Amino acid sequence: MIPSSPLLPDQASDVARSVDHLMLFALSGLVVFSALIAILVFVFMVKYRRKGDADVGIDIYETNPKSHVLELVWSVIPLALLLVLFGWGTKVFFDQNRPPADAVQYWVTGRQWMWKVQHPDGRREINELHVPVGRAVRLKMISEDVIHDFYVPAFRIHVDVLPSRYTTYWFKANRTGTFHLFCGQYCGVEHSKMVGRIVVMEPRAYEAWLAGEKTGASPAVASGEELFVAKACNTCHRPDSSARAPILNGAFGTQASLSDGTVALVNEDYVRESILTPAAKVVAGYQPVMPTFKGQVSEEELIQLVEYVKSLKAASGTTAEAGK
Amino acid sequence: MTATPSAAPAAGETTSEGGPRTHYLNAAYGLKSWLLTRDHKRIALLYLVSISVFFALGGLMAVLIRMELATPEGDLFQPDIYNRLFTMHGVLMIFFFLIPGIPAVLGNFLIPLMIGARDLAFPRINLLSWYLYSIGGLFTLWALLHGGVDTGWTFYTPLSTNYVTTSVLTVGVGIFIAGFSSILTGLNFVVTIHRMRAPGLTWFRLPLFVWGHYATSIIQILGTPVVAIAILLIAAERALHIGVFDPKLGGDPVLFQHLFWFYSHPAVYIMILPSMGVISELVATFSRKPIFGYRFVAFASIGIAVLGFLVWGHHMFVAGQSIYAGVIFSVLSMLVAVPSAIKVFNWTATLYKGSISWDTPMLYALGFIGLFTIGGLTGVMLATLGIDAHVHDTYFIIAHFHYIMVGGAIMGYLGGLHFWWPKITGRMYPVFWSKLSALVVFIGFNVTFFPQFILGYLGMPRRYHSYPPEFQVLNVMSSAGATVLGLGYLIPLVYFIWSMRYGPKAPANPWGATGLEWQTTSPPPVENFLTQPVVTAPPYTYASPKRGPEVTVGV
Amino acid sequence: MASDAHGASLGSDAAAHGAAAGLAHHFDSYEQQRDSAALGMWTFLVTEILFFGGLFAAYGLYRSLYPEVFRASSHTLSIQLGTFNTVVLIASSLTMALAVRGGQTGRGKLAAVFLALTLVLGSTFLVVKGFEYHEKFVEHHVPGASFHFEGPDATHAQLFFSLYFLMTGLHALHMVIGIVLVGYVAKRAWGGAYTPENHNFLEGTGLYWHFVDLVWIFLFPLLYLIGRH
Repeated sequence: MIPSSPLLPDQASDVARSVDHLMLFALSGLVVFSALIAILVFVFMVKYRRKGDADVGIDIYETNPKSHVLELVWSVIPLALLLVLFGWGTKVFFDQNRPPADAVQYWVTGRQWMWKVQHPDGRREINELHVPVGRAVRLKMISEDVIHDFYVPAFRIHVDVLPSRYTTYWFKANRTGTFHLFCGQYCGVEHSKMVGRIVVMEPRAYEAWLAGEKTGASPAVASGEELFVAKACNTCHRPDSSARAPILNGAFGTQASLSDGTVALVNEDYVRESILTPAAKVVAGYQPVMPTFKGQVSEEELIQLVEYVKSLKAASGTTAEAGK
Repeated sequence: MTATPSAAPAAGETTSEGGPRTHYLNAAYGLKSWLLTRDHKRIALLYLVSISVFFALGGLMAVLIRMELATPEGDLFQPDIYNRLFTMHGVLMIFFFLIPGIPAVLGNFLIPLMIGARDLAFPRINLLSWYLYSIGGLFTLWALLHGGVDTGWTFYTPLSTNYVTTSVLTVGVGIFIAGFSSILTGLNFVVTIHRMRAPGLTWFRLPLFVWGHYATSIIQILGTPVVAIAILLIAAERALHIGVFDPKLGGDPVLFQHLFWFYSHPAVYIMILPSMGVISELVATFSRKPIFGYRFVAFASIGIAVLGFLVWGHHMFVAGQSIYAGVIFSVLSMLVAVPSAIKVFNWTATLYKGSISWDTPMLYALGFIGLFTIGGLTGVMLATLGIDAHVHDTYFIIAHFHYIMVGGAIMGYLGGLHFWWPKITGRMYPVFWSKLSALVVFIGFNVTFFPQFILGYLGMPRRYHSYPPEFQVLNVMSSAGATVLGLGYLIPLVYFIWSMRYGPKAPANPWGATGLEWQTTSPPPVENFLTQPVVTAPPYTYASPKRGPEVTVGV
Repeated sequence: MASDAHGASLGSDAAAHGAAAGLAHHFDSYEQQRDSAALGMWTFLVTEILFFGGLFAAYGLYRSLYPEVFRASSHTLSIQLGTFNTVVLIASSLTMALAVRGGQTGRGKLAAVFLALTLVLGSTFLVVKGFEYHEKFVEHHVPGASFHFEGPDATHAQLFFSLYFLMTGLHALHMVIGIVLVGYVAKRAWGGAYTPENHNFLEGTGLYWHFVDLVWIFLFPLLYLIGRH
């Protein structure tokens, strides 16, 4: 593929290349079938053009016992090709949507009409995302208002950004450059201004950029810890046995048994929901006494709290170690 | 179809020999005779006029949209105006032109004629449908004059419920009311096709146009109420704050998308199935032979209607639904391509050894086959998960659905209008201009929409008021094509109006077709047939050389 | 939708075409007219099922997401009033069936009496429903700014009450339309408009009424009886 072809967008990840290959396969099918139909129609139109006013066509269907075979052939061949395309497309889609285990997590918050990004070290950007080439990047995304959509044509993947729960986007840029970031879901008046850019840099340049733009931002985990104290979460969520609330250390990623007998996976969405509507999914053995924090914490603060809860390890007895 | 007069003429009919013949157009005069008519033919004409108005309005908005997009900067309109333009373009074209389009005009006029009935089963309800449609349309126009609506025609929540300040309620009410018009039309067709067929007209003797409309009616009956309730829920959320989609209350905004697309995907088949029915009639008539694989084509219509209800989730591949749900919807969407392919192959095979004339309707039919093939195959690409994840909500999808809706549905509509115009009005239109218009529409259409496929793959998102400058060349091309396309639509408007007064008188059967509608006079009498037709043969039975030279024409 | 077949019985069409009384001009026989009316009505009811279907889908989704609060909210509804209304509606279906029977056998006066009974029962349902709604207002269980719910998860309780009002409201709207239809049909039946050959409008109204009752038979357990064994 020629990256700068006028008919192809920049290709900046391995996934993008596999999407292009898939597209090429589908396109060749389209060309073959369209050409076949067009040529047949044209040839028949000329060859069987009506010669006299009283001419009628010859019904070849009823007289020819092979007609049904023909119907079967042109049902089954397209079906087989479609299933191949389906299988291939599904494989590519899984590649597009399943981040590798070593992916580094960034956070994205969408709002009318801007993108806000938080790096793992707490650095924030607006409408820009700087990443080093070759790093698998996972974005956890949430919207503060309407539905948005994170779309980078160079990575060949769209993912909607919902106001109700986190969605995940991932990419691993394989070349440096600056690429378009679009909002891909209509989101109101300035939808077409909700654009930005992804800057993919050499690792060394990325380090320099990181060093050069010191903003004094603290990592999300540290901000989360501060919030955890400031909102007095720690008065109940204490890592001792007399606590009125579940112990959070080591809770992330486990299955929690709920009071209604079901279980829930403790993931980002569960933690966020538990802060906003604590009574929705109460852990078995506890009373629904936690007040709601809806309206008191912003989406970005929620992200910090989630990061903090994620960081709490089971082994230790105190929160002091949680910073790592 | 061969019609033989039966012994007992229907009661109350008179034929006037010599003097000007009485037909449905001159049987009564005055505004009241139109606005209170229960004659399906007159109601069809009422629809023809009203949908043409909405088509013109929607087209005007398309022109303004393409003007804005000729330059990358948003310099012609403010973004809020631009957003209203594409929203209203979508709403008017889809709910007030394409969905009623062929069924309410051609279907209304032709189904009773094609099955040898005197009217639809419920003539009053048919008139009520038109009034509901008009009231719905007036609500929408009212909203248009009072600032319009800027949610996109898809009304996604929570944008439509909690954020925009435009006339969502008024337009919602308009669509809701027009939806009932659509339901009642479908209901009328289903009952008519079941209960009103002429003696001898078995299901497998029905013209494929009727099969197409039967399949369409099923969708109208089953799908429309679901979008109606979805819109009602938006109205309740906006007006009464009784909401079920609001994420702040724990609601799921994606639930709206499920309800919306449960109807709005099948709605695409409401637009294309009647058009396919028209194309089957045209291909058979202008090849003078039966459709190759009649039963396959008939069942393909039903197959598309049924499968159409199982694929709505392919609009939400990237909307945060489970990727496994995406897999299911992807494979089901692929299956819809099979009956569609069967139709295209069967039409092509029908041409083989036909006696093909190059009359205007046939040119439109050929245009349809070509454009529908491309539209359908790009639809297959969109059903492919890996591709859709990239081109979702870009100009690729815009190009795709315009190939289906404009290249498919409107080509079929215009082809059908040219085919049955002599029957509807009793007049012919100028051959040269009509063939020219078919050519201009075909070229203009492709120049407008083909570049949009490339734009989409390059990553230009839809509903963008301004865009990066590297997309300009293709956008200018598209805008230029739109100018040609617009011209192509104006030519028929002019000569159709001209022909109503000055066109040469049309014979009963100008194309030498076999359908029952061609066995009565042009225009037909009020009661459609002077004697009850009796059907004795399958459709499209043109005399074959073995059976002798006679061609059944006229009454 | 039997109104066309019915409308013809007003006489205008039939007289103009010199055809049999009550037979619309475009039908060949009473049988064809009756079959068409019945098929039309059944088709319309299919549409209605899908209309309510969207709400049932929303209900199913949210009940599965928030089962606890749905149970708690459901317990604030009056099971006595709900049960009473269920009995009232089942009784009205019986009187409606008897009215249709009266129409079929040509006893118009009898049909009218049963229709009047149906009308009374239907109105009773609405009055009781009105009391229930009033109670919800008093208790601030109406979603919106003044919503108040004694329970841990008030937010999601709003979803339950939104669905409660939407579903019962839409049902009540259908009841109102039904009552108007029943009143009209009762008047016509008293005047002897329905014959054994043509009572399609009466029959269609009956089908509609049974459908609306049936919707309630689903709504009652889904809204009132969650978690009550």
